[in-house]
Amino acid sequence: MADEVVVLDFWASPFAMRVKLALSEKGITYECKPQDLLNKGPLLLQANPVHKKIPVLIHNGRSICESLIIVRYIDEVWTHVSPLLPSDPYQRSQALFWADYIEKQVYDLGKRVYVAQEDQAEAKEKLIQCLKTLETELGDKPYFGGDGIGFVDVALLPFTTWFYTYERSGNFSIQESCPKLIAWVERCRQKQSVSDALPHPHKIYDFYLLFKEALGVK
Amino acid sequence: MEGAVVLLDFWPSMFGMRTRIALAEKEIKYEYSEQDLWNKGELLLQMNPVHKKIPVLIHNGKPVCESLNQVQYIDEVWNDRAPLLPANTYKRANARFWADFVDKKLYDLGSKIWKTKGEEQEAAKKEFIDCLKLLEGELGDSLYFGGKDFGYVDVALVPFYCWFYAYEQCGNFSIEAECPKLIAWVKRCMQKESVAKSLVDREKVYEFVLQLKKLYGIE
Repeated sequence: MADEVVVLDFWASPFAMRVKLALSEKGITYECKPQDLLNKGPLLLQANPVHKKIPVLIHNGRSICESLIIVRYIDEVWTHVSPLLPSDPYQRSQALFWADYIEKQVYDLGKRVYVAQEDQAEAKEKLIQCLKTLETELGDKPYFGGDGIGFVDVALLPFTTWFYTYERSGNFSIQESCPKLIAWVERCRQKQSVSDALPHPHKIYDFYLLFKEALGVK
Repeated sequence: MEGAVVLLDFWPSMFGMRTRIALAEKEIKYEYSEQDLWNKGELLLQMNPVHKKIPVLIHNGKPVCESLNQVQYIDEVWNDRAPLLPANTYKRANARFWADFVDKKLYDLGSKIWKTKGEEQEAAKKEFIDCLKLLEGELGDSLYFGGKDFGYVDVALVPFYCWFYAYEQCGNFSIEAECPKLIAWVKRCMQKESVAKSLVDREKVYEFVLQLKKLYGIE
């Protein structure tokens, strides 16, 4: 029986990108259903009645919500190909810790940078500190997952499509402060699975310019 | 699997209580180490340099941080007894979703209830009750969120009960009146030894909140 895999999506959402990246890494065929976030349709509201947000993964008719939970689900269902989480419980707890760190920090700090209010300078500094901490965690490994793309890589990579937007709106360079992290981004982008799943940063910037108001930029 | 287990914790923390419950469910012997959060010790800062927060679970000298992460780790390492997460992949994702919902909502809303007054407090109270009602809906007619058995979502949520009395006093409302099914579920959980010995006295939590209010200059 063929699996039916549907992703309720919004192309610029880093959270949705995580799901597409995980599916792409595993070579899973899926149907992408872009959603209108300003006018949410019945499918989305039915699939995610609690948060009413994308991404939602619908697997054989059943919905899974929250991007990192979806990625773990994908990893556990399609367990025999390209594992994202380590099999050792301690290593796994470390990967989950770093994914949670990214979850707690990057989106909010990045948003405070591009919304460009009075706290932008502080947000920029904290974002750089956060990325430097992640750089230290990466160390000399080619990927956070070690030799291959792992859970933490999937958690963070989508936000790198927004780096150009953060830099332009905040007038600073992430490359300058975090060259090793940018090297990691470039290494990942050379993989077909990654370049298939992630939009070009300039497209994200165009989106930001077009939708500044909707994004909360005054 | 064997090896020293230490828990760096702070007695009123609902997050620390989650880990205490998980350890008790699995009957794991451990050393409980009370931390002074206003004067953080070397061990805490060394074991959780990123967040500098409790709880920290130290197993064989290696730290695991973040309470839900700890509960999952405990469940995976001591996997021969009292399973907390379901075996079924979809049910497991669902359990993680609801534990994540508890994490995203209850602490911040609860904090607003005791820290604020007026319109802000009223809004927080309403949203808090709405969240508890959603959880009641998820519980349905089951004994526990885990179904017949006590599980991951039960562990994630039940410690918040210790703070309900403080929220009620500060917010002048009754959680039991709004969410009787949830309170009935709490009472079922409290009959389990692992829960009863891990949760703290709710009046002591209220006294602690009053001390915090004084400390932060909140009326």
